[in-house]
Amino acid sequence: MKEEMKIATHIIVPKHEILTPDEIKNLLDAYKISINQLPRITDDDVVISEIGANVGDVIKITRSSHTAGMTIYYRLVVREQS
Amino acid sequence: MADMKEVQSIEFGVLSPKIILKMATVRIARAELYDPDGYPIDGGVMDPRMGVIDPGLRCRTCGGSVGDCGGHFGYLELARPIVHVLYSKFVYRLLKVICRKCGKLLTDNREKTSLKDLIKTANKKCTACGEEQGEIKFEKPYSFWEDKSPLNAMAIRERFEKTPDEDLELIRVRIRPEWLIITIMPVPPVTVRPSITLETGERSEDDLTHKLVDIVRINQRLKENIDIGAPDFIIEDLWELLQYHVSTFFDNELTGVPHARHRSGRGLKTLVQRLKTKEGRFRSNLAGKRVNFCARTVISPDNNIDIDEVGVPEIIAKELTLPIRVTDFNIAMIKEVVKNGPNVWPGANYATRADGRKKKITEESKNEISEEITNGWIVERHLQNGDTVLFNRQPSLHRMSIMAHRVRVMPYRTFRLNLCVSPPYNADFDGDEMNLHVPQTEEAQAEAMLLMEVQNQIRSPRFGGPIIAPKNDHISGLFVLTKKDSVFTKEEAAQVLAYAGIDTKLPDKEKLTGKEIFSLLLPENLNMEFHSTWYKTSKNDDDSIVVIKNGKLLKGVIDKSAIGAEEGAIIDKIEKMSSPSQVSDFINKVSRLGSAMLDVRGFTVGISDNDLSEEARKLVTRAIKKAEEEVAELIDQFNKGKLEGLPDRSLNASLEVYIMQKLAKAVNECGEIVSSHIPENDTIYMARTGARGSLVNVTQTAACIGQETVLGQRVHRGYLNRTLPHFKKGDLSPISHGFVGTSFKAGLSPFEFFWDSLNGREGLMDKSLRTRHSGYMERRLVNALQDLKVKYDMTVRDLTNSVVQFLPGEDCIDPAKSNWGKFDVETFVNMEAAKDD
Repeated sequence: MKEEMKIATHIIVPKHEILTPDEIKNLLDAYKISINQLPRITDDDVVISEIGANVGDVIKITRSSHTAGMTIYYRLVVREQS
Repeated sequence: MADMKEVQSIEFGVLSPKIILKMATVRIARAELYDPDGYPIDGGVMDPRMGVIDPGLRCRTCGGSVGDCGGHFGYLELARPIVHVLYSKFVYRLLKVICRKCGKLLTDNREKTSLKDLIKTANKKCTACGEEQGEIKFEKPYSFWEDKSPLNAMAIRERFEKTPDEDLELIRVRIRPEWLIITIMPVPPVTVRPSITLETGERSEDDLTHKLVDIVRINQRLKENIDIGAPDFIIEDLWELLQYHVSTFFDNELTGVPHARHRSGRGLKTLVQRLKTKEGRFRSNLAGKRVNFCARTVISPDNNIDIDEVGVPEIIAKELTLPIRVTDFNIAMIKEVVKNGPNVWPGANYATRADGRKKKITEESKNEISEEITNGWIVERHLQNGDTVLFNRQPSLHRMSIMAHRVRVMPYRTFRLNLCVSPPYNADFDGDEMNLHVPQTEEAQAEAMLLMEVQNQIRSPRFGGPIIAPKNDHISGLFVLTKKDSVFTKEEAAQVLAYAGIDTKLPDKEKLTGKEIFSLLLPENLNMEFHSTWYKTSKNDDDSIVVIKNGKLLKGVIDKSAIGAEEGAIIDKIEKMSSPSQVSDFINKVSRLGSAMLDVRGFTVGISDNDLSEEARKLVTRAIKKAEEEVAELIDQFNKGKLEGLPDRSLNASLEVYIMQKLAKAVNECGEIVSSHIPENDTIYMARTGARGSLVNVTQTAACIGQETVLGQRVHRGYLNRTLPHFKKGDLSPISHGFVGTSFKAGLSPFEFFWDSLNGREGLMDKSLRTRHSGYMERRLVNALQDLKVKYDMTVRDLTNSVVQFLPGEDCIDPAKSNWGKFDVETFVNMEAAKDD
């Protein structure tokens, strides 16, 4: 049997978390934007399917940055157009 | 004014034959252009009803003259339908999804999809009529096959005509597909393809006209042949030819067909060629803008003007003007200027009266106009000292490529600029030219002053350090000034300072050291300690570490690390602790002090600076000889098969590595010999202070040039198993593979000269390829990023106001205000504290 590889646990993959509806509301209010103005990520992204996020979820990505050391980024999960 | 309406939406589509007929004013059916008298023929391609191009004549359709009549379309009935080349791919895709018999969509599903998806799932058999479908093949640019037999445009059109509108809606096609097969061709107005009359009286027609004539001619022949019932193969051939002409009328760079050419062999410029590329309509005529009130000439350096000034030749200053509104405050000055007239600087060229009438000021009218001037007039006066102008050098790669300077009118014919501002423009003075623009309104001038003045551009956003700073001779000068042994009498010191145009109080001392003179320019609250460039080559010299306390240079020499561009610690520190004008003042003074010092002391370089002592020369020869012997030994071992290979490398490759290492070591030794044996002289000073040149240059001139490489390896190219026919086959020795053991001064042997040329050629090629690459990369980056903007909530948004970054650069630091890209609170607090003092 093949062992399943978990991409999300790999050292170079930044941390992806699903935001709760409350957190999404706070985020959108803080920047005074609608949900569609967020940067996007497609639902066929390996990490997205691994953490079980669905279309419409907002993902919080904590990643290392050349300039800032650590930075937080948000992305809206959208359907991949084939 | 006519009714104003808001544009709600724009839809792009394809012209239907009906619309083409409706917008056309004339039917074109004759291939001749002019009758024997030289008048355009009615129904010909130059039919005068399609617009006017000769001045003085009136349009026969609308009655307008040259400017007012934009021209009118004509139409041409094609004897047989033709596939529109630019849509041939789309025609192919449509053919794949509609039935060959009934024209209906090949699907059971009546839901909306895309054409792209439907092509993948199209039925092999039509559900509506049960017809078996053939395999469609498409060959660029306009040939179609169905089950290996040709499918002509007429057959395609018939199929498309049968397709119901509802079916097209399902695949979101909003045009009738038969429109993609041309039956009625629009003939563009003559105004878009004007003919030009040559000096000889001969008419020369536009490329489009030539192409249209071809189309009409073949069309007529095709029609005649059809009418007389000519054999099929003749009709087929003419049809194909007509397809070719119509296709090249749209695009003359199609792959798979020969380009239509002039008699001279030059390719015709047809519709697509008019639009695309850098020379096309979009990039050249629509996106490209041209301006007035600008000047361009050769640049030359001038140490005696400030860094934020630009020397403007008087001839240019008399041509470029600035509109000034006459008020109580300036009327006296304006009258004076007008009295000078257009030929005497500072004069004026035009005057606009309060009622809007514009008058040219001439030698004859200048006095009269000067008397007449009252408040409310606008006078276009010559450029004067102190006016703000924009100065630019191409390629404009970063924002410092265009900066605002203050005008300084000067004699002769070149723009003058201070040497310290040459790094941001990347300018030198070997014939470089630069452009100058004069902002015409007060708003534009204010904006230029606030955003673009040289003083505000000293710290580069590229690396967060100073980019405008003293260089070359300034650095040499300051080094010899601040060297340990440089001592001046009070008179000498005063002389140097006066020469540099610096007016300060001298300390009350009999003798002044160079360091004390330099300290006169430093702000009193300056405290710092850093390593000089000098330190890199003389770590034991205690004067190589710079110490400044309370604005006094206590220890160390001033060189590139202190005041040079991209590193200069003192410039950096002063920029942080004081205002932009103070920094520019410091740069002005310090660079002038450097040059003044050289003028007083003298600074000479010569070939004898690179002389080696007898002893040193022996060491160099020995080092190279030793390396050559070692290499010979290696080759010997290799030939005997005793050489040990390196991991992951073949024996041959390992030998190459060993040889390169040995030779590189020898060259390094030469470098060390040179730096320890050449006595201190001005050439060495320049190299070691970072003013100009490097120790590598000195080594190559004095001792040995070293291995020349091609593609990072020893020279291997040339003949079979050897580089040149003068060597034996399989020769692995250094000299036969590009090693140059002599110096530039001693001279190169023919072989060595050849190796050096190889290397030089590679460098040249690399450089030109690199600039081309990075230029295109920059263009794409600029196009992708041009409308990104940092909003007040510190998010980066695109033009739809969507978030691109939640913090600009993720760290929210403006590199132009950073400390080499970084920012820490301590620096900030110190900066503010220093400003408060």
